Amino acid sequence: MAVHYYDQNDINTDLLFPGKYTYTCATGPEIIDHLLEDLDPDFRNEVKPGDVIMAGTNFGCGSSREQPALGLKYVGVSAVIAKSFARIFYRSSINQGLLLVQSPEAVDYYKPGDKVTVDPARGILEVGDAEFSFPPLPADMLEILEAGGLLNWIKQNDV
Amino acid sequence: MGQTFVQKILGRAAGKVVKTGEIVFVEPDLVLTHDNSSAIIGKFESTKPGGKVKYPDRIVIVLDHVTPAATSKHAAGHSRVRKFVAEQGIQKFFDVGCGICHQVLPEQHLALPGGIVVGSDSHTCTYGAFNTFATGIDRTEAAGLWITGRTWFRVPETIEINLEGYLQKGVSAKDLILTIIGKLGSDGANYKAVEFHGSSVGGLLIHERMTIANMGIEMGAKIAVFPADRVTQNFLFGEELCKDAVWSDSDAEFCQVHSFDLDKIVPVVARPHTVDNVCAVSELPETRVDQVFLGTCTNGRVEDLKSALEVMKGRKVVPSVRMLVGPASRDEYVKALQQGIIEEFVKAGAVVLPPGCGPCLGAHQGALAPGEVCLSTANRNFKGRMGEKDAFIYLGSPETAAATAITGVITDPREV
Ligand code: SF4
Repeated sequence: MAVHYYDQNDINTDLLFPGKYTYTCATGPEIIDHLLEDLDPDFRNEVKPGDVIMAGTNFGCGSSREQPALGLKYVGVSAVIAKSFARIFYRSSINQGLLLVQSPEAVDYYKPGDKVTVDPARGILEVGDAEFSFPPLPADMLEILEAGGLLNWIKQNDV
Repeated sequence: MGQTFVQKILGRAAGKVVKTGEIVFVEPDLVLTHDNSSAIIGKFESTKPGGKVKYPDRIVIVLDHVTPAATSKHAAGHSRVRKFVAEQGIQKFFDVGCGICHQVLPEQHLALPGGIVVGSDSHTCTYGAFNTFATGIDRTEAAGLWITGRTWFRVPETIEINLEGYLQKGVSAKDLILTIIGKLGSDGANYKAVEFHGSSVGGLLIHERMTIANMGIEMGAKIAVFPADRVTQNFLFGEELCKDAVWSDSDAEFCQVHSFDLDKIVPVVARPHTVDNVCAVSELPETRVDQVFLGTCTNGRVEDLKSALEVMKGRKVVPSVRMLVGPASRDEYVKALQQGIIEEFVKAGAVVLPPGCGPCLGAHQGALAPGEVCLSTANRNFKGRMGEKDAFIYLGSPETAAATAITGVITDPREV
């Protein structure tokens, strides 16, 4: 499990997935080629299932395109931990089944090399030797997240 | 304690009194999608194979982002959308050439006071200009809405923005909203609703309100909304379509209040690469540009084109600059043609683009080269937004765009 740490605020949707590919890349395998292309070109080769991302405030601001959340879920990122998230990205991540954890304290505390683990059910985040708590999602949203995203939830619930 | 706009509108839709922070389930009046409908169809079909959409009359699809298709891949996407629209009996379909969705919906009187519109486009918040609760969602959620007709919202806190005074000559609604975003920051209204109040609101015309509401998302807002008044009624041909309008009570609770004196607003730009990186044009060091882009859902209306021409006063675009002009919709294009505006731009050396998003998202029609600088009237200047990560995008008003096109450097329109 590795931590991809970006000491940056306002990491926007164009940095996570450039707009010029929006109408030609829609699925996981297509998205992966351009994921974080203009932020961290090595990310897509280095990322492993279970990795986490850490960043500053307003993560995911900008477009409503879902490739950032979908792509991060597809490569197996287990959680994005940021000081805050932009609203549409937050919503989109629930829809994709990607766990987001808002914890400015944890991001400030993190030092390179620290191990990071997240327990969404208990709302506990461990960074190095410290523990941080975060408010768990409302029950309806947690159900969607646990189903692996909105469309899986719709399928399972036959609505 | 009185209620805010969002409490009233979400409460009405949920059939109960709602509190800030509460999650409510509602059935939106309309679900907008555009070129991304093709990907949404894929999600819809894999979730509900062979199924029908729940409410075909609540779906609006506008092909506008990469139109006419730039590559065969884009064309295949458009073609898939046309087929789906026919199969599902979706009537509110606007094909290539109708214009940008955020211009088309208002023109078609689909964004109405008191309505709830969601769109898989972040600038869906534009319809706040019409007193609509309008906000962006992702593609997956749009697919879910096609299937279930329903979604959830958290009732947000509301920021009150008071506007007093008058904008001076050469200063526009774009300068005002950029100034507001510069002050509040790009996450200053994150998750929150923004209501515009104050004695200046009545004097802001529809195209100005659209420019302002359009950029609500650039400070993170869920919605950015105006009251429905006489200006709204004039646009909607009377009171009938305004009958569901709502507005906050005078004793509603706001989480923040900000005031802006319009007389003091000056021409500003947002510098690369964030929208809140705002400074007065007069304070900018000499900045040469390679391209000027006048258009988009923010500033592609006939009034914007006209204001730009008034600054140009018959002068030509300098040879070092490519000027692109994109009318926001076919209707706006026709109005501009009838008023001789298009001819003037062409004669001045500008390139007139078909109605649509044009180069705004970097997919076609005017991408930038590495190192190039663009002054754009769009709403977003993120790195890579216009197709090249090593390019520099400044955002400004149509007037500033015009002054820049005739001088080759970013110029205060009051100085030319
Ligand atoms: S003009 Fe630009 S901002 Fe507006 S809808 Fe099109 S791509 Fe989005």
